[in-house]
Amino acid sequence: MIRLEKRPQPSRAFSYATPLLAVLATFFFGGLLFAALGKDPIASILTIFWEPLFGEFSFFYRPQLLIKGAPLVLIAIGLSLGFKAGIWNIGAEGQYIMGALFGAGVGLAFYPTESMFIFPAMVLAGAFGGWIWAMIPAVLKVKFGTNEILVSLMLVYVAEQFLASMSLGLLKNPEGFGFPGSRNLQQYPSAHNAELITGSGMHWGVVMALIAVIFAYVLFERHRLGFAIRVTGEAPRAAKFSGVNPSRLVLFCLGTSGMLAGLAGLFEAAGPAGQITIDFNVGYGFTAIIVAFLGRLHPVGIVLAGLLMALTYIGGDIAQSQLGLPAAAIQVFQGMLLFFLLAFDLFTNYRLRFGRTETA
Amino acid sequence: MKLTTLFASAAVALGLATTAMAEDKTKVGFVFVGPIGDGGWTYEHNKGREAVEAEFGDKVETVYVENVAEGPDAERVMTQMALDGADLIFTTSFGYMDATNNVAAKFPKVKFEHATGYKRLHPNVSTYSARFYEGRAIQGHIAGNMTKSNIIGYIASFPIPEVIRGINSAYIHAAKVNPDVEFKIIWVYTWFDPAKEADAAKALIEQGADVVLQHTDSTAPQAAAQEAGNVVTFGQASDMGQYAPFPRVSSIIDDWAPYYIARTRAVMDGTWESMDTWDGIGPGMVGIGEISDAVPAEVKEEALAMKAALADGSYHAFTGPLNKQDGSAWLAEGETADDGTLAGMNFYVEGITGEIPQ
Amino acid sequence: MDLSAINPILLVAALMSAATPILLAATGELVVERAGVLNLGVEGMMIIGAICGFAIAVETNSPVFGFLAAAAGGALLSLLFAFLTQITLANQVASGLALTLFGLGLSALLGQSYVGIKPPRMGDINFGPLADIPVVGPILFSHDPVLYLGIALVALVWGILKFSRIGLVLRAVGENHDAAHALGYKVVRIRTMAIMFGGALAGLGGAYISLIRVPQWTEGMTAGVGWIALALVVFASWKPWRVLLGAYLFGGITQLQLNLQGAGVAIPVEYLAMSPYVITIIVLVILSADKSAAPGSLGRTFHASH
Repeated sequence: MIRLEKRPQPSRAFSYATPLLAVLATFFFGGLLFAALGKDPIASILTIFWEPLFGEFSFFYRPQLLIKGAPLVLIAIGLSLGFKAGIWNIGAEGQYIMGALFGAGVGLAFYPTESMFIFPAMVLAGAFGGWIWAMIPAVLKVKFGTNEILVSLMLVYVAEQFLASMSLGLLKNPEGFGFPGSRNLQQYPSAHNAELITGSGMHWGVVMALIAVIFAYVLFERHRLGFAIRVTGEAPRAAKFSGVNPSRLVLFCLGTSGMLAGLAGLFEAAGPAGQITIDFNVGYGFTAIIVAFLGRLHPVGIVLAGLLMALTYIGGDIAQSQLGLPAAAIQVFQGMLLFFLLAFDLFTNYRLRFGRTETA
Repeated sequence: MKLTTLFASAAVALGLATTAMAEDKTKVGFVFVGPIGDGGWTYEHNKGREAVEAEFGDKVETVYVENVAEGPDAERVMTQMALDGADLIFTTSFGYMDATNNVAAKFPKVKFEHATGYKRLHPNVSTYSARFYEGRAIQGHIAGNMTKSNIIGYIASFPIPEVIRGINSAYIHAAKVNPDVEFKIIWVYTWFDPAKEADAAKALIEQGADVVLQHTDSTAPQAAAQEAGNVVTFGQASDMGQYAPFPRVSSIIDDWAPYYIARTRAVMDGTWESMDTWDGIGPGMVGIGEISDAVPAEVKEEALAMKAALADGSYHAFTGPLNKQDGSAWLAEGETADDGTLAGMNFYVEGITGEIPQ
Repeated sequence: MDLSAINPILLVAALMSAATPILLAATGELVVERAGVLNLGVEGMMIIGAICGFAIAVETNSPVFGFLAAAAGGALLSLLFAFLTQITLANQVASGLALTLFGLGLSALLGQSYVGIKPPRMGDINFGPLADIPVVGPILFSHDPVLYLGIALVALVWGILKFSRIGLVLRAVGENHDAAHALGYKVVRIRTMAIMFGGALAGLGGAYISLIRVPQWTEGMTAGVGWIALALVVFASWKPWRVLLGAYLFGGITQLQLNLQGAGVAIPVEYLAMSPYVITIIVLVILSADKSAAPGSLGRTFHASH
């Protein structure tokens, strides 16, 4: 008889060991999958994990890790605030879109004026766009007690339709020969979120992600509000007695996560993507949910998880091109990695007891 | 100043890296926007890739990455292929336009071919596209002859020039043989969503359409037509021959193989140059799937004659007199449309009812 | 503009067929959520159902076997979710999202050799003279068996939840798992069964798309239907008959939108396309007045030693 027993305290050793165990398990089962597809399993796994970090062209891939990882980390940090307090924003994808639309919209409105105030204005607009979109579920929850999981999810689809409408209408590039999509902000210096040091992958979005990580770390470790968030998540009733105002917490958590998602959208639209197009959003908002949980809602964990996800994307594309692995196999591999990470996390909080069931 | 020098040195570093990787085999990369199993757009591009392999055998190595999102992901995948020593890279989605030019700037020795775009900012970028509207003209001719209800349904994807051109071309040639013909157009705002395409086809059929043209990639409309019984359809992107001889009576096939082979050969010979290719039926980029026996023999004959005329250039699908939808004159008697107007087409021709959504 | 071109009878008949995949998946998810589990992996289970159903139908040349395989495939995949959330106590939101990712990838791998094939058709049920009754005939007596199965399942789920002991236990587990555990109910076992039921129905819904509505196999062909099913459960405030109503409403809006375009009405497509979601939000707000609507333990992890 195997029994699960809750540890009085999360195991420190296991909290470090489980991600490693999960990665090893994924190597094993992923290797089996690749072998079944007729590819060399060791070469496949090395290509995905080694090549981008230490391969011949790592000088190119390492900065790409920042570009791919920054939006994930930025969004996930925001989400983690709410998740810790039991406030579930799963509509970050929508807030990401709205941030991009607002921010890029402001930039495009000024085209072709050059001014140093344009980019800061876009940043503010982007933050506002994400914030206002997250305030819809927040206000509805506070006023009417409406379930924020579902409202925020529904708003993703509304935002996607807005995006289509804007790319084909208002924001369409007037010099684009009728094709959908906005002007390219990379070619509009005042609005371009360029790399701060060329070739480093560092753009303002990466900087913002770092600031968010530090902010979250300080908030949780040092600040009263961080304490309020934790208590609310763990024991809502106790939190109420200790004077936490749940409504304000909802507004703060959803608002902040929306704002960060909006910023991620703006930085992406003005930087690496450059454009608002129908397919602008590529799922960062949803992947960030997974990143937040993989990082155990801890700021440092989120950075590691975000980089790990980015690595599998980048390495996965390399493996496709170099080894001819189908994209679907990479997806399955990522799915496995997530399953193992989620499953093994059990050992951090619980321990297995073998033997006969004793009287409880 | 500092930035530009840094950028230049980075470019040199990247350029050096590729030359270091140079091998005997010509390496050709393909960046795909969808999965190769989509049965439509990407599926046909991948068939072109396979044709390159079949043609050159050991002398060529092809690589591809599927499901690449437009934007920074595309730029990364292209860079990665260039770093890995690709000599020629085909980027097969309109949304890759800026990414292609960005990467091309960093790798002057690698040749880039961008499908359906118009930007060639560097001497190592070419663009290519197909004159699918020529195929639409033939479809329009057959459709105008075959409809009994005089209602032709059209499943359109996004309101962009490519799609509007197709609608106009089909309408002009349907109305030529059947002045009473009416087009019912449904915009589905997707290139590929089988369920929605099926719904659109059914809606059109219920509203009396007995011919359904589609500018979306799945076979769902074909199945809907088959179920309805008396409805004619045409294959899109691929032949969709499994629905022949009826409801599918013909098709437009994207055939990229001849172009891909020619361009690969040009790279091998060292004759590759930046150019803008817009090929139609003549060079074989637009294939017309077999016209089935469900089409009356004389209509089939006329259609084949039109195909021949389009192929040898003696006939242009947009030949005047033609007016725009609002009645204003567009092309005079005998005048043909110039490529610039066609490329950016954003108006319906006279006779089509309804508005292009904005 | 010619509104007379729209035939309301055919419109209703078409929307019933269009709504069936969402209806099946949402009915399954309703049972899962009534048991207190939020499985966001509906899309993944649907697409696995779509390929399993398609592949088996092609291999055996029997759509019936196809649908059985689809249900089995969906249930099997959902078992993975059950293991993660019930045994290893992983977070349900993250596990559901991971399940969708995994399902989409796996279905593409399984389906590689099935692109461009036509599956065997499942014919409509022949009701004889009934189908010739004006108005009622085309609406009620002109469909395939799975469509009727979908409606029957709604009735069945309604009946079981409301009148049977199993339903009572299921609801108890969903409302308050600690109390249910204290009463001696096997929370994990009951939830696992519910999750598998949900997976099976999502699989059926997916196969309805690949075998009847489209019918073909292509990667990613469910194109987001699973997410609509999730919205629908909430829209229906976890009540089976409202799922049916909502599915027809959602399906109806799409059908009407397409029909209006065909009739030449200039409508802003994007805004009509977002309307089901906006309506769902409004319904949610109205429902929130009624605190009893959502299952009390929805989305929370259960461990017996709590």
